[in-house]
Amino acid sequence: METILEILGVIFISIGAAFLLLGSIGILRMPDVYSRLQAGTKASTLGTLGMLLGIGFFEPAWFLKIFIIMIFVILSNPISSHSIARGSCRSGIKPKLKETVNAYRDAMESCEESIKKDDK
Amino acid sequence: MEATNKISKFLFTWIVVFLVWLAFTSTFNIVEVITGIIVSFIIAIFNFGYFTNMGLKSFSPMRVLYFFQYNAVFLVALVKSNLNVARIVLSPKLPINTGIVEFETKLESDFAKMVLANSITLTPGTFTIDFVDSTFYIHWLDVKVTDPEEVYREIAEPFEKILLKIFN
Repeated sequence: METILEILGVIFISIGAAFLLLGSIGILRMPDVYSRLQAGTKASTLGTLGMLLGIGFFEPAWFLKIFIIMIFVILSNPISSHSIARGSCRSGIKPKLKETVNAYRDAMESCEESIKKDDK
Repeated sequence: MEATNKISKFLFTWIVVFLVWLAFTSTFNIVEVITGIIVSFIIAIFNFGYFTNMGLKSFSPMRVLYFFQYNAVFLVALVKSNLNVARIVLSPKLPINTGIVEFETKLESDFAKMVLANSITLTPGTFTIDFVDSTFYIHWLDVKVTDPEEVYREIAEPFEKILLKIFN
């Protein structure tokens, strides 16, 4: 039984590590801040979840605590990157777009408007 | 009405905080449980106003059922999105076609919008940049459609169908 749990733990930790590695490669290769955040957020969320799950299999007594940590990671990870993206949008960092999409302009205008609103 | 509402909010907070305590201590030792009841009671007194809007109604069976359905949809999307990112990152040409699109949501409460924004961030190729009132601005790695209606159908509908049932 213990061997099976350990094997499962190793598998999940390896999967998590692999996704974290892919996320780091993504951060290096993507062209601008928003695409980099995309790669970073998704990969680091699933990577962390996989690692935590693997640790849970190694130490079954910790499983409930690890479950709570997983909930915190799922809730907080997107929020932090969302606020980074919003901050860079508001401070005027322009995304490199291959396809011109109208909502891009609107979004920038809305950013400027909301900055003006905040200034008042 | 006001008083029952407050009591229901308070009980909900108490139960949730106590469950978190139980998960963290991972034991049914009588001393630990009693300490947990007292501590979570004290925490709930100070925090129930901020913690929840709906109170005990959140525990209704249909809602819990939809919550599990939502989690299933979400986990599948999370794994898919990671495979998607892996495919993009590892292919030598970096096949991306980025753009920012917008759509209107039908959700009303702030909490529901937060959950939707988080889910979109963690699903394939999409990333919430900002939302103003009920308009979401999405950074999309591989733009397929630009019309807000179609964007809504493509990105948000699978989540919003369930969220509308949970929160309305």
